Amino acid sequence: MSHHIVDFKNVSFRYPDGTEALRGINFRITHGESVGVVGANGAGKSTLLQHMNGCLMPTSGTVTIGDLTLTGKTRREIRKKVGIVFQNPDDQLFMPTVFDDVAFGPLNLGMDEESVRERVRKALSMVHSLDLRDKPPHHLSSGQKSAVAIASVMAMEPDILAMDEPAANLDPKSRRSLITLLKSFRHSKIIASHDLDLILDVCQRCIVIRDGTVVADGPSAEILTNRTLLEENNLELPLSFQRR
Amino acid sequence: MHMADALLSPAVGTTLWAGTVAVGGYASKKLKAQIDDRMIPLMGVLGAFIFAAQMINFTIPGTGSSGHLGGGMILAILLGPHAAFLVMASVLTVQALFFADGGLLALGCNIWNLGFYPCFLVYPLIYKPLTGGSKNPGRILVASIASAVVALQFGAFSVVMETLLSGKSELPLGAFVLLMQPIHLAIGIIEGFVTAGIINYVRGARPEILDSIAASRPLGAGISLKKVMMTFAVLAAITGGALSWFASTHPDGLEWSVEKIYGRGELPEQKHGIAPVLKDLQEKTAFLPDYNFKPAGNEPKKKEAVPVWPGIEAGTSLAGITGAAIVLGIIVLIGMGIRSFRGRGKG
Amino acid sequence: MTFDEKYFDIGRLDRLSYRDTCVHNLDPRAKVIATMLFLITVISFPKYEVVALAPFFLFPVLLMTIGEIPVRFILKKVIVVSPFAIFIGIFNPLLDTGTVAVISGVPVSGGWLSFLSIILKFTLTISAALLLIATTSFPGVCHALRRLGFPPLFVSQLFFLYRYLFVLMEEAMRMIRARDMRSFGTPGAGIKVFVRLIGILFLRTVDRAERIYYAMLSRGFQGDIPSLKRSRMAAADLAFMAATISFLGVFRFFRITEGIGRVVQGLFA
Repeated sequence: MSHHIVDFKNVSFRYPDGTEALRGINFRITHGESVGVVGANGAGKSTLLQHMNGCLMPTSGTVTIGDLTLTGKTRREIRKKVGIVFQNPDDQLFMPTVFDDVAFGPLNLGMDEESVRERVRKALSMVHSLDLRDKPPHHLSSGQKSAVAIASVMAMEPDILAMDEPAANLDPKSRRSLITLLKSFRHSKIIASHDLDLILDVCQRCIVIRDGTVVADGPSAEILTNRTLLEENNLELPLSFQRR
Repeated sequence: MHMADALLSPAVGTTLWAGTVAVGGYASKKLKAQIDDRMIPLMGVLGAFIFAAQMINFTIPGTGSSGHLGGGMILAILLGPHAAFLVMASVLTVQALFFADGGLLALGCNIWNLGFYPCFLVYPLIYKPLTGGSKNPGRILVASIASAVVALQFGAFSVVMETLLSGKSELPLGAFVLLMQPIHLAIGIIEGFVTAGIINYVRGARPEILDSIAASRPLGAGISLKKVMMTFAVLAAITGGALSWFASTHPDGLEWSVEKIYGRGELPEQKHGIAPVLKDLQEKTAFLPDYNFKPAGNEPKKKEAVPVWPGIEAGTSLAGITGAAIVLGIIVLIGMGIRSFRGRGKG
Repeated sequence: MTFDEKYFDIGRLDRLSYRDTCVHNLDPRAKVIATMLFLITVISFPKYEVVALAPFFLFPVLLMTIGEIPVRFILKKVIVVSPFAIFIGIFNPLLDTGTVAVISGVPVSGGWLSFLSIILKFTLTISAALLLIATTSFPGVCHALRRLGFPPLFVSQLFFLYRYLFVLMEEAMRMIRARDMRSFGTPGAGIKVFVRLIGILFLRTVDRAERIYYAMLSRGFQGDIPSLKRSRMAAADLAFMAATISFLGVFRFFRITEGIGRVVQGLFA
């Protein structure tokens, strides 16, 4: 199924203030793969994710999602395929009630009222949050916010899921249910995180980036056990490999 | 200073509401045509910012009392007049609901007093010419102080006029003006300092932010628009003032013609029921014998000096007071009854 | 009020508005319209009217008791905002000293009557506004405004403002705490620190707006905030409106209070 492919070719990006965030990124993700993106603070993880649906456009190089090359014209089409869950659920949940927020995407897709309600119900049940429907986001706990943020993206039924630090601010139990949820999502997914145990648990493949370039790309089990590589990148072995 | 419902007459309240809705409708129409999508969340979040910032107090140098940010001027400088007016309107709406600052009828006045003047009068006519697009902190300071002072003077004077035209206060114009304007001169100077301070701080820390906001806000604040706005502003002020004065001196007949004049086209919510019902209600009032406020004669704009109020005696007789006491007693009993009934149902 | 007090105050009012009582469950449009009619009716009474205002307390009392809103909380908030009305109103007794009525031998001046009238109207209007938001969630009010014809752009401003109000207040509160913790006395609360504090808050806000914009784009935002149609007006809502309107009409146009007083006086005469 070619439409679940993510392909970055020589992608570079420079912010208007001159910061070079990405320098010649190359990788290709095929259908059903789950890929972790790790790296130090400021390595370019979030910038990379924002290229996946055209929130940012590469300064040079090409991003291809399925059969579509990312351009100003294809951006809208691509956003239907790629769902991005951003780092801070307070920014992700911008509508005044949980229902309105989860309905935002489906309504923008032009769906009719009945199907929108059905989508919202389905997405919220998926994250066990149906009873939060009428609450405003500021009455939710961090774990609940993260769950609803994921539901709001899932309601669009994306082919590819991208997440930025999904487990930040979660208590251990919420983190565990997030991991279970991620494992149940069958399409391609890309997860940027400092939580290496989560990556190890959920992703078969791992990409390490530093200063906007890919420095390592391979099976998680190999990369995340390579102490030298990890420490060079301000990272450390996943806790599950650390022995006192 | 927020205007309060209790000091308003329906005529003044609805006139200012009509003015505010008209300007709000104009601003959103203008914005909708020109806006960059990016502005929509920015405006909303900046509204929350102003709201939160207003809650932070600081000590005013040399006095020991505390002040806080007003916000209209800084919004106008950052977002341009149209967006700033809508943001200010939404901030004041939330305040009216959550803090009950003023009240819902007075909300029209408050949006007008604190939103219209800084955005549509002072920003294009004072702030822009004074800074002339310069980024010099000194010029920004001078322009901000001048703008904030003028905007607040207009605002304060409007509070005076709205109160006097409503006729619920006995304060004579001169004394009221003396009471309000000097305080707001001081507040304006401080507001100007704070406004310029924030603009200059932001310009120093992250200059690109101001530029990018300026780039995404609607263009076309050129001369012609300024003229149009100016004419509009003056017209609105004059018609609003004249009509409410006229209406308040002729409470029976003319109040609701204000509604009719303002009510065409630009006032979408008027169609949906409130206005017609009200008009009807008011028309009926006029024919009822015990509608006891009839101004003494028809002398225009003369201070009601003679205590000739038919019906006043009837309303404040012993019977009236007995009745009021009984009615209030019944209401308290009803309230307590419901409360204890509900309490039992739960316990 | 200090920042913390204001913050918790808004939070409490907000939480009250999500309760589940029959007042809360009425259609927001019905409550918005009823409240506006109530306000206009109260305000339409002439300057010296005191007695006829008494029955109107029934409206807030019913909303408060059936909606299970704590009386003290509302009263406290009414008192907090009262200074301006009192400040302006208190001049009436000083300036308007002509006697307009003599009750049981006590002369009453017009100024005191009009002052009392202002206070009563103030209490009625402010408590009605507070009760509207205490019994209707803010998003509910916004949906009502939108369906009553307010411009969508304005309503979306209200949505965002409400959504980020609490987020930014928390952020501001953290900054104030940091400021007050490290300024052992007044200088920390001075204007320079204030300006910088607000400046930083502003920068963070702009960055946040950008992230929100990206989140919106990612979910198909094209310039309009879509919204689903909410519930239709039910029989209960129409009944509530009809009851309110007839209540307002009857007590506005007939001097019932005085009538009751006269009847009672007759009984004891």
